[in-house]
Amino acid sequence: MSASALRIETYLWLAQRVSALILVICITVHIATMIIAVQGGLSSEEIIARIGGSKIWLSFYLVFVSSVAVHAPIGLKSIMREMSQIPTNRIDLLSILFSLIIGVLGIRAAFGLYGLGGA
Amino acid sequence: MKNIHNHPNYWAFIMHRLSGLALAAFLPVHLYVLGLALADSSAFDDFISWSNTPLLKFLETGLVVFLSAHLTGGVRLLALEFLEWRDWQNSMVALSCGISICAGLVFFLNAT
Amino acid sequence: MSNDLINVSIWRGGEDGEYQTYQVPRLESQTVLDVVTYIQRELDPSLSYRFACRVGVCGSCAMTVNGKARWTCRTHVSKVAEGGQLTLDPLNSMPRVKDLVVDMETFFNKWADAKGSFKGDKTRDDALAYISPDDPKRKISSAGIECIGCGACYATCDVIKWNPDYLGPAALNRAWTLVNDERDVTGLERLAAVAGDNGCLGCHSQQGCVERCPKSLNPTGAIAGLKRETIKAVLKGKLS
Repeated sequence: MSASALRIETYLWLAQRVSALILVICITVHIATMIIAVQGGLSSEEIIARIGGSKIWLSFYLVFVSSVAVHAPIGLKSIMREMSQIPTNRIDLLSILFSLIIGVLGIRAAFGLYGLGGA
Repeated sequence: MKNIHNHPNYWAFIMHRLSGLALAAFLPVHLYVLGLALADSSAFDDFISWSNTPLLKFLETGLVVFLSAHLTGGVRLLALEFLEWRDWQNSMVALSCGISICAGLVFFLNAT
Repeated sequence: MSNDLINVSIWRGGEDGEYQTYQVPRLESQTVLDVVTYIQRELDPSLSYRFACRVGVCGSCAMTVNGKARWTCRTHVSKVAEGGQLTLDPLNSMPRVKDLVVDMETFFNKWADAKGSFKGDKTRDDALAYISPDDPKRKISSAGIECIGCGACYATCDVIKWNPDYLGPAALNRAWTLVNDERDVTGLERLAAVAGDNGCLGCHSQQGCVERCPKSLNPTGAIAGLKRETIKAVLKGKLS
């Protein structure tokens, strides 16, 4: 195998592990928030009061979404390579597309929530 | 047992793959609906009240279990790959399973 | 079924074939290899299978016994024959030659691909290397050195079924023992050979290899070690 292909495979593998480490923190916070927020039923006021206008929550969700946009497509790539007949170049394309979808939708949602609150 | 796949670490692998796939399928929908609802605050309220129905709570509990299973299963994999090999790492299959069920239960009890 | 007979179904043929059934007398302390040998000598001389040492050293008698890869010379019938039934297949993930014999060429070629042979730089005139048995690297190496090359791990591994180019647990375990051998000089050349998705990064830690290794070795642990070493080497720009 060429040295550059080897480097790409290695960096993708590592990117998935590093994003996993970040996600360990993000998801722990996310699950805790869900469990607390769901008490007495969700309400939009409650969510907006917590997240809207908060730069801390905005940064948290941006880090969260970017890590997912790195982590999930690499996993899907492995699953498609191992368990489907899809040609490799199409798998790479699909994975990049998935990453973009998660990234765009996630950033839009994070800024949307941020914009709803505060002043 | 005849099946070569019938051992805890293989179940853990299957759970990690299934939960990962399920989360990957749910995520675009989650983010899309969130974004849609945000463009229109009454739609956001409708969406929130819809998500408070019992069936949705039940499905959400499933997602919480999947999310925590993928989280704890992932921590286990990181420990296997990056720490020196220790036998307790294999007990993490059970630990991961237990934590996920607990997280789901806590969410469900809080939600109802 | 009588307690005095074992019902044995054996795969006959190559990739195409069918099961043939034999009745074999049940004996005390009988191994699966004893059963196969009885059939070949007493019932059907056309049956092909491999064995050499009969005592768990050579690694040539592995087969699929009731669905699981095992060394047959040290597998007692009493341990595996549920309800007096034995079903014997050749090992998975290797081309079938005839009956219980598989073509292990790819399996062993992958050991060579993983730089699985020792290469030193000393001659017979040099002094012996002094390595303490307590040396941490020596301990890691010793933990994996007892592989007999039976192929049970390889036949169990899902990753090989999905990606036939994957080097597999046995070859990677071998490479890890040599990475930790201070006398070996292959170094980065070996790390490059075992890096990437066809090498150690392909492993998903399912640990079927650990479950099935008759020598109780831990290929998954060895592969994890290779992952750490190859990652370090790539990050330092040593593998390009």
